[in-house]
Amino acid sequence: MEPLIQTQELVKVYYFGEVEVHALRGVSLSIEKGEFVAIMGPSGSGKSTFMNILGFLDQPTRGQYLLEGINGEHLSRDELAEIRNQKIGFVFQGFNLLARTSALENIELPLIYARTSTSKRKEMAQKALSAVGLEGRGHHHPSQLSGGEQQRVAIARALVNQPSILLADEPTGNLDSKTSVEIMDIFQRLNGDMGITIIMITHEPDIALFAKRNIHFRDGVIVDDRENPTPVTVGEEIQK
Amino acid sequence: MTRLFTSFRIALRALMVNKMRSALTMLGIIIGVSAVIAMIAVGSGAKARIEEQIASMGSNLLMVMSGSSTSGGFRGGAGTVPTLNVDDAKAIQTEIPAVKYVSPSVSGIAQVVFGNQNWSTIISGAAPEILEIRGWSLSSGRPFTQQESDGAAKVCILGRTVAENLFGGIDPIGQIVRIKKIPFMVIGVLSPKGQSTWGQDQDDLIFVPLATAQKRLFGMQFPGMVRSIAVQAWGPERVKEAENQITDLLKQRHRIQPNQDNDFSVRNLTEVMSSAEQSASVMSLLLGAIASISLIVGGIGIMNIMLVSVTERTREIGIRIAVGAKGRDILLQFLIESLVLSLLGGIMGIGIGILGTVVLSSFTQWPTLFSIQAILLAFLFSGSVGVFFGFYPARKASLLNPIEALRYE
Repeated sequence: MEPLIQTQELVKVYYFGEVEVHALRGVSLSIEKGEFVAIMGPSGSGKSTFMNILGFLDQPTRGQYLLEGINGEHLSRDELAEIRNQKIGFVFQGFNLLARTSALENIELPLIYARTSTSKRKEMAQKALSAVGLEGRGHHHPSQLSGGEQQRVAIARALVNQPSILLADEPTGNLDSKTSVEIMDIFQRLNGDMGITIIMITHEPDIALFAKRNIHFRDGVIVDDRENPTPVTVGEEIQK
Repeated sequence: MTRLFTSFRIALRALMVNKMRSALTMLGIIIGVSAVIAMIAVGSGAKARIEEQIASMGSNLLMVMSGSSTSGGFRGGAGTVPTLNVDDAKAIQTEIPAVKYVSPSVSGIAQVVFGNQNWSTIISGAAPEILEIRGWSLSSGRPFTQQESDGAAKVCILGRTVAENLFGGIDPIGQIVRIKKIPFMVIGVLSPKGQSTWGQDQDDLIFVPLATAQKRLFGMQFPGMVRSIAVQAWGPERVKEAENQITDLLKQRHRIQPNQDNDFSVRNLTEVMSSAEQSASVMSLLLGAIASISLIVGGIGIMNIMLVSVTERTREIGIRIAVGAKGRDILLQFLIESLVLSLLGGIMGIGIGILGTVVLSSFTQWPTLFSIQAILLAFLFSGSVGVFFGFYPARKASLLNPIEALRYE
């Protein structure tokens, strides 16, 4: 069976006037369905660039990226938008919720662009809200929610379209350690119970230990890629 | 449909976030639209008044004036010397098929007396057809009979102004007035026509039969001559034809040599009036154009605010694009916002424009006229201003790079 994600010698070069910056220098990687991967590395190591390419937000300069066999190379902006809408859920460090918009409406956002009917949209948003444990808080606005709750709304928004992968860029970066653990608990349940593939960037080693596979980036290449056969669970973390 | 409704709701909500800003932006459109509405109302009011005056003058009208004659190097102006006669009028009537009615006339100013009241007015001797030609109806009484006309009877028809000044509240019909000391019986009173385009009171005159005027009041000097002939053509399209044929006919009758000046002139009054009407149209267009400039300035205001809004909401746009909004989704979102701004401004501008015009015309007594077309036009114009000036910011938003947009602080 072909892997969910396959990259081959991904190279990304940014040009700032005369200066060339090599953000990725040949990254080859496969990720199977149902994995929970943590990507680590210092800033400037290319991990964010890699995530943007995985999320079809950016195109590689060279090399190939296939998501479920789909190659984004020659697709238009709108076609890429459609792939993001259908197959990818994003979770950001800064939550990136729309202010002055209720939690439920935030969650419905991808469905609006998927042209889902209103009634179906409400139903799916409600389901996603339950999946992150925020039943009954759907009508709160982001400003009325705590950081952890906001991130859970963002996760619900990422899930609502039943995507193939969930891409999380420093999802716990703005959260305290207790809340971070709660978010990791949600990730583990989504991964374990619902079989959702998760790729997460983090620079906190503690957080990476919740994942089943840890990949290290440095200077635009993968320097370390190992299985984590015994991921930490919330129970253990609380006992510590 | 529900999608469009949702889009409008989202746009309204976005605009409500900055109420003051949205209101000020709309103000530009409100002023523009109300100016357009008011200016068009004033312009078309002026035009309508001129049209009314054309209708009051009588339609398809030609005036054949006698003179100008040259004697001993002096050239008299039109009408100074009577060169036309009743036979010319008859010839025009019988020989030119485009002509419907003909009324030769002589006129002069005379003092009219009734009881202890007196009034100086124009006495116009004319054929009974003059009322048809001028499109003039009688408010009471009757027109001349052919018999009265032929027999130079001492009967007269009063214009409204004359009737009011001489008779006040009394019914003039059957009363005797004295014109140049000659007693005339009043047989009719004309319905009012009001002022002519050049401000003359059209109701300040008395009609008497032509023969009466010639024999008893004026024209002793040149018996059988008339000062002018009023001619009505069968239709607006035949006025020109009648004009040319009358000219040819009179040239022939008066034996005017090719190198000689005509001793008469034919005036196409409809043409004069329609050029006045045309200049009113041009004025109305000009006023509208000037007002449109303020609408365009309002549009620039929208563009400015939408550009600010796009910059402020870069992150929101980034989120939307990241979760799958296509270019046209973003484009539409911002376009609808500017459309809502401009249409709301347009609706308010229509209200304020109508109100302002009503107030203006009640203070200045200017004639104003609203038309549904003008209002619709202003509304559509404001809408297209919204789309036109909203397009650039909306397009800018739709082309944002999601990665940079998400990083935007």
